[in-house]
Amino acid sequence: MFKKDIIPGAKSKVKSSAQRAIRAKVLDQYPLLEPYIEDIMPKKEQLDLVKLPDRVSLYALGSTPLFFQHMDDPLLPHLTLIHRYPTLFHRLRVDRGAIRFVLSGATLMVPGLTSPGGRLPSDTPDKGGQVSEEGRYGTEELEPGTVVVIEAEGKENACFVGTLKMGTAEMKKVKKGQACEGGHYLGDGLWSLNLG
Amino acid sequence: MAEASSSSEFPKKVIYCGICSLPPEYCEFGGTVKKCEEWLQQNHPSMHEKLYSQEAIEQNLSTLSLEAQKRAEKDAQKKAAKAASAEAKAQEQRATSKVLIKRIERNKRKYVTAVQGLEAFGLDIKKVAKDFGKKFATGSSVTKVPGGGEEITVQGDLSDDIYDFVVENYKDVPEDNIEMVEDKKKKAAG
Ligand SMILES: [Zn+2]
Repeated sequence: MFKKDIIPGAKSKVKSSAQRAIRAKVLDQYPLLEPYIEDIMPKKEQLDLVKLPDRVSLYALGSTPLFFQHMDDPLLPHLTLIHRYPTLFHRLRVDRGAIRFVLSGATLMVPGLTSPGGRLPSDTPDKGGQVSEEGRYGTEELEPGTVVVIEAEGKENACFVGTLKMGTAEMKKVKKGQACEGGHYLGDGLWSLNLG
Repeated sequence: MAEASSSSEFPKKVIYCGICSLPPEYCEFGGTVKKCEEWLQQNHPSMHEKLYSQEAIEQNLSTLSLEAQKRAEKDAQKKAAKAASAEAKAQEQRATSKVLIKRIERNKRKYVTAVQGLEAFGLDIKKVAKDFGKKFATGSSVTKVPGGGEEITVQGDLSDDIYDFVVENYKDVPEDNIEMVEDKKKKAAG
């Protein structure tokens, strides 16, 4: 989605009514953010809307990017926001071998998640002989269209956020194909965008 | 996503690499690992110790097949070479780029000063234009140049002052690369 460097378009102030709507949408999509929403998007502070190429809108607080959205698709959290509130989103994990592909903007493929180093919901903690945090990746299978944060084997912070193209239950069955639609990865144009 | 019980654990503080901007645990995938490592060692020694210990490196390798290791290594080399050549190119560009400070006569004894080329030295010319405006208490704006590019236009004959100000304040611009020119208005015929 942001493989190239981004030249940000016009920046405008979000009207307070629209700001309320965005806040409600964020909470609807990410209910676990509720206790922190006043820190993330304070009611009294002005939210900005920055137009990005290809009909992507970015919502930012000052120079801090928060959420972005392609047309009317779901709001996706910026990776810096995910890093600050890591456990409040649906998460999956890719194996170490997939990291460099993710960071070069390649489509996230299912084998990176189903291999021993990868994690899907309900994976047993000792899968592949490695210890994973109990329950870190949930027990609920995720449907296509769900926004997921992708962590990486051996890394603390997430490296990707996108929308599932295939449900996690199906991934376990077929073990191949594309896992996510284009999203936002560490080092991409959105990451490097300076809102100064 | 179930462990959000204590509400004081967030926001989590995350350190980002001063060289490549990623969380330092991901520096290894970029082309500037050497510089990243130096930066981390200087700025966050304990994190450096953790990430670059022999043990950590071995563990990283053990999770990849031999073939994948080779591919990853080749990939890393390519990236490093690319980053190095980009850096060399940028440096060369810096060495050969010129900043032009041009005195332009607008009307009789009315001048503007145009400044071109600062962007080649990594400067944000919108910001510089603002700095000029503040420093000299005059109109200063960024205007498009016919044929592409932008220049800063400052109201008044300030060539010498701007020269000094640039040399003094923007250390990335070598004094030798600044050139002063005069653009006299052609005498109107008759
Ligand atoms: Zn780095």
